[in-house]
Amino acid sequence: MSTRTTANLIGFQTIVRREFKRIIRIWGQTIVPPAITATLYFIIFGRLIGGRIGEMNGYTYLQYIAPGLIMMSVITNSYGNVVSSFFGAKFGKHIEELLVSPLPNYLIVTGYMMGGLLRGLLVGGLVTLIALFFTHLHVQHPLVVISAVILTSMVFALAGMVNAVFAKNFDQISFIPTFILTPLTYFGGVFYTISLLPEFAQKISHLNPILYMVNAFRYGFLGISDVNVMLAFSIMIGGTLVLYCTCLYLLTKGIGLRE
Amino acid sequence: MKAVSLRNLSKTYKNGVQALKGIDLDVEEGDFFALLGPNGAGKTTAIGILTSLVNKTAGKVEVFGHNLDTELAAAKACIGLVPQEVNFNMFETVSTILLNQAGFYGIPRRVVHDRLEKYLNKLQLWEKRNSVARGLSGGMKRRLMIVRALLHEPRLLILDEPTAGVDIEVRRSMWEFIREVNAAGTTIILTTHYLEEAENLCRNVAIINQGKIIENESMNTLLRKLNTESFVLNLRNAISSAPVLPGYKIQMTDSHTIEVETSKEQNLNEVFTALSAQGIAVVSMRNKSNRLEELFLRMVERGNEAGKKAS
Repeated sequence: MSTRTTANLIGFQTIVRREFKRIIRIWGQTIVPPAITATLYFIIFGRLIGGRIGEMNGYTYLQYIAPGLIMMSVITNSYGNVVSSFFGAKFGKHIEELLVSPLPNYLIVTGYMMGGLLRGLLVGGLVTLIALFFTHLHVQHPLVVISAVILTSMVFALAGMVNAVFAKNFDQISFIPTFILTPLTYFGGVFYTISLLPEFAQKISHLNPILYMVNAFRYGFLGISDVNVMLAFSIMIGGTLVLYCTCLYLLTKGIGLRE
Repeated sequence: MKAVSLRNLSKTYKNGVQALKGIDLDVEEGDFFALLGPNGAGKTTAIGILTSLVNKTAGKVEVFGHNLDTELAAAKACIGLVPQEVNFNMFETVSTILLNQAGFYGIPRRVVHDRLEKYLNKLQLWEKRNSVARGLSGGMKRRLMIVRALLHEPRLLILDEPTAGVDIEVRRSMWEFIREVNAAGTTIILTTHYLEEAENLCRNVAIINQGKIIENESMNTLLRKLNTESFVLNLRNAISSAPVLPGYKIQMTDSHTIEVETSKEQNLNEVFTALSAQGIAVVSMRNKSNRLEELFLRMVERGNEAGKKAS
């Protein structure tokens, strides 16, 4: 391995290690809130209301929403991790530590993406454990579960980075999660099958990328999906590639980072 | 070998401000180089371009022969930057900040620990290695940025106003340390508003004003251009008006203080003799400002006047 490659590997490990330490250091902001939110969802929607809803596509309501709730926590945490960490570095100017270093841009993007992925998987794993207190989860297609969660986490980690690059203040990093991400997640089939919706609403729902991610993940657990799973994976892979190239372009051009 | 070579370097910001107007500049390897200029002259923009924190509009930049457009990583690896503003994560400890920065430059941890101890001790920060950065004093934060810039042992160290807001004792110890770093072979580019600092430390100097290099030569050659010097004389007894000495410009500051301007051809002995003959006793004397400062102000003023005339 060449000296430059070894140096780049050390640089990449440093970003990932720093991101992981940040997640652990501020566990009260990164790990505990999603666990509490998920527990409340399982109690209220799963136990209290879910019992009256009955079955959905042949599963208890709690079993049906569990994959969606896990995916919801993965989406919000992957996005939230990168947007807050990268914007925080930009705001505090310590992003300059990376920008002046010889580390190539693709490793900076990958490092931050890995940070989002780590938090997404950590929180997703925790929510899965919480779900097991309330219901039985049987994984029908483990590879689908793993690949869907990783791809979704990467998509939203990269989307968080794009948001952070363009954001000029803290309001702008909460705008997209509040006004775009949350509605899309709630309308993305987390709590219901879109077959319950009128035809027009079903067509609109198909424009929502989160619908595909949630359903692919649910297919991995329960073997049922509202969408074509292959199409869902194409969207996730395509989204990851497009957003990765966008981040790389933004960093190379220095948009929002260099004058 | 040239540590830095700038050719026809220009920068125009989005708001239309032309910060650099095609500057050419060379810094030789091993030099201790001062880049001086008034606020907004273009110093920080030039350093920003050199460290790839600012995108250039036109021109060519080379660091130790590595072109920034084609060999960016190699050029970056040669540079250590101490920026004007504090730019580390305030919520991390001193050690974490340093370990991370070394990591970004690809320095293995076993190597970093030795260097970290060496430089933290040199700059009296070893005791603070486990402290969170936001708890450090202003001077400590500046020293931390110097340690951070040195961890990858760069061939070129850029110090952008490293002693701003630092007390004189710490400033002097920082000068001492920076001199040692230069003596060990590291090329240094320094920008500072303390011209005494530049005069004492630097061998070569460039003065930049309104985006153009207006002077670029050795410190000694530059200082020789200073034709006149002003001295402040403190008098034993009060005087009611400024004494008149043919050929000398004398101003009264207050009843016990006068300012005397002398040219290269004149000498202070004549002044003392003439004052003594008038019954005026001088108790003490000092330069009104340091030599470089005086020269700098004149050059910048001249440049500003020329700029006004041109517009």
